[in-house]
Amino acid sequence: MSSEPTRPRIAVFKFASCDGCQLSLLDLEDDLLAIAGAVEIAYFPEASRRMLKGPYDIALVEGSITTHHDANLIQKVRRSARTLISIGACATSGGIQALRNFADSGEYVRMVYAKPDFISTLRMSTPIGEHVPVDFELRGCPIQKNHLVELITATLAGRKPAIPTSSVCLECKRRSNVCLMVAAGTPCLGPVTQAGCGALCPAYGRGCYGCFGPMESANAPSLAERFTILGAQPPEIERAFRTYNAWAWQFRKVSEEVRTS
Amino acid sequence: MRKKQYRLHQSDLSSLLENLRRRGYQPYGPQRRDHAIEWLPLDGIHQLPAGWTTTTAPATYRMQERSDQALFGYWTGPDSLKKLLHPPEACLLKAEYNGGVRFVRQAPAEVKRAFIGVRACDLAAVAALDRVLLSDRWVDDIYQANRNGALLIAVNCTSSAPTCFCASMGSGPRARSGYDIALTERVGDGSSEFLAEPGSEAGASILEELTALAAPAGWEKEAEESCQSAAAAQTRAVDASSAPAVIDRTFDHPRWDQTARRCLACGNCTSVCPTCFCVNIEERNALDLRSAERLRVWDSCFTQAFTYIHGGSIRTTPKSRYRQWLSHKLARWQEQFGMPGCTGCGRCIAWCPAGIDITEEMAALEASSGSTYPTGVSTHGN
Repeated sequence: MSSEPTRPRIAVFKFASCDGCQLSLLDLEDDLLAIAGAVEIAYFPEASRRMLKGPYDIALVEGSITTHHDANLIQKVRRSARTLISIGACATSGGIQALRNFADSGEYVRMVYAKPDFISTLRMSTPIGEHVPVDFELRGCPIQKNHLVELITATLAGRKPAIPTSSVCLECKRRSNVCLMVAAGTPCLGPVTQAGCGALCPAYGRGCYGCFGPMESANAPSLAERFTILGAQPPEIERAFRTYNAWAWQFRKVSEEVRTS
Repeated sequence: MRKKQYRLHQSDLSSLLENLRRRGYQPYGPQRRDHAIEWLPLDGIHQLPAGWTTTTAPATYRMQERSDQALFGYWTGPDSLKKLLHPPEACLLKAEYNGGVRFVRQAPAEVKRAFIGVRACDLAAVAALDRVLLSDRWVDDIYQANRNGALLIAVNCTSSAPTCFCASMGSGPRARSGYDIALTERVGDGSSEFLAEPGSEAGASILEELTALAAPAGWEKEAEESCQSAAAAQTRAVDASSAPAVIDRTFDHPRWDQTARRCLACGNCTSVCPTCFCVNIEERNALDLRSAERLRVWDSCFTQAFTYIHGGSIRTTPKSRYRQWLSHKLARWQEQFGMPGCTGCGRCIAWCPAGIDITEEMAALEASSGSTYPTGVSTHGN
């Protein structure tokens, strides 16, 4: 009997997305070699023509579901994978393309394509978790590459990944960023956004854009009220919440309420 | 015996810095950075925020120019000595696996730093951290190493910010203990002079070496009077002595629900609080499982994970977390440590993005905490 344990098999799937999250995987550099040594990358069309069939131990799924074809495909992916991890804002909340959920996507199709009849699309862009059970959602637009390493490392080590679900504010304070909202009156989604980016934008004087989606107990209405006190008009507040994670319910709800208020 | 008091001119502060460096201290002082005044390594007196002040209100902090060139004419900023004595992130342990497991744990080395411009409220905060992290059975050796090397040069507050309530907490505006040297700035035309009082042997010997003149008669009285007028000007207050009883009477008060609608549970209040000491332990390991490290990072009682035990979190709602935080600051600390966990610095008021004001919350609870509300522990608190 061979004493060499079988390496876990990893597959990477893409749905409607920009590929940025997959690229973070390729962008791992030295860690990628370590990952390639620790696991068998069985299916990763963006990286290799070698495409092995399932089942897989871990499926990393990027992108949202926007077509009938993808809605069927994700079921097959789920059946082929022991652990399914959705990665990035598209896969976890529907992505920037979920802005069409607030409008008539048929009208977009008619405006953009010369022959709209060729386009078969779902009315809405929805996250993977609305279609199949997901074992872990890795947030971010794009995901943070060290989160991906941590997630794979923790999964292989059999421990809980150390990925916080608290606010960006805690990261801001740990790196001594001065609060932009309090000290400069700049609207910032940090208080309602999940940590993970290391408070990147506030470190460069920009309010948080909410790339990591709503934090665990996001109180978006209270923040919207603060934006109003700071002088923001309803359309600006609506726009602030309608970006990469517009369809995440906490952001969606407040963006709809602010319009009618 | 009356302590000897000195008169320092602004230029003497440069000699003070030199003296501190000769003694092996890295001086730290208040400096302008981005939109705030923060603690940073101080190379020279020119880096002090001369001519700047700050104005605060709930959810608001702004820097403004003063009409004079006061060096310490501002109030507490977003950071406190906690950032330097009880750092946001620290490595506790490293482990290596190479056939056998080897643990590497180095005792933290003493870091000698002299902090110039510590306010009375922040001295009280250091005393509170000393009580929690050094005075019980388990001593926090990272804090101890930083604390042992810390020389504290206080600056008395001769005016108050709108968010200050140190007078009611008994921690300021004048430094009464816990400092090595206390300064009171006397702003003159273009430059300042200081009344300097030693508070420790180290402080006394530094002042002796500066060969400064004795302070003129009357300076001490004037310093006391300006601090008292700063105290009198404070419009916010918390009655720490009645707080535990008020909090215990109001566990089910509707005010908690009202505040929870505003509370973002973002944790800013705990981050800026100079006494909030809670940490989380994180384990990180290399992909090949050959090395691992254990880190300690600042945590906050406002996170879901803070009360996570097997099966879930205990405090699942922001309401229960805000109530826990306020109760801990003003009631439970007093029972456990014999002092409040609040020094009246007002940071949590200014840096709360939703503008929640601890003094206003306490006043609201107190105003209607009569017999209408049940006493004792509720089982449906969330």
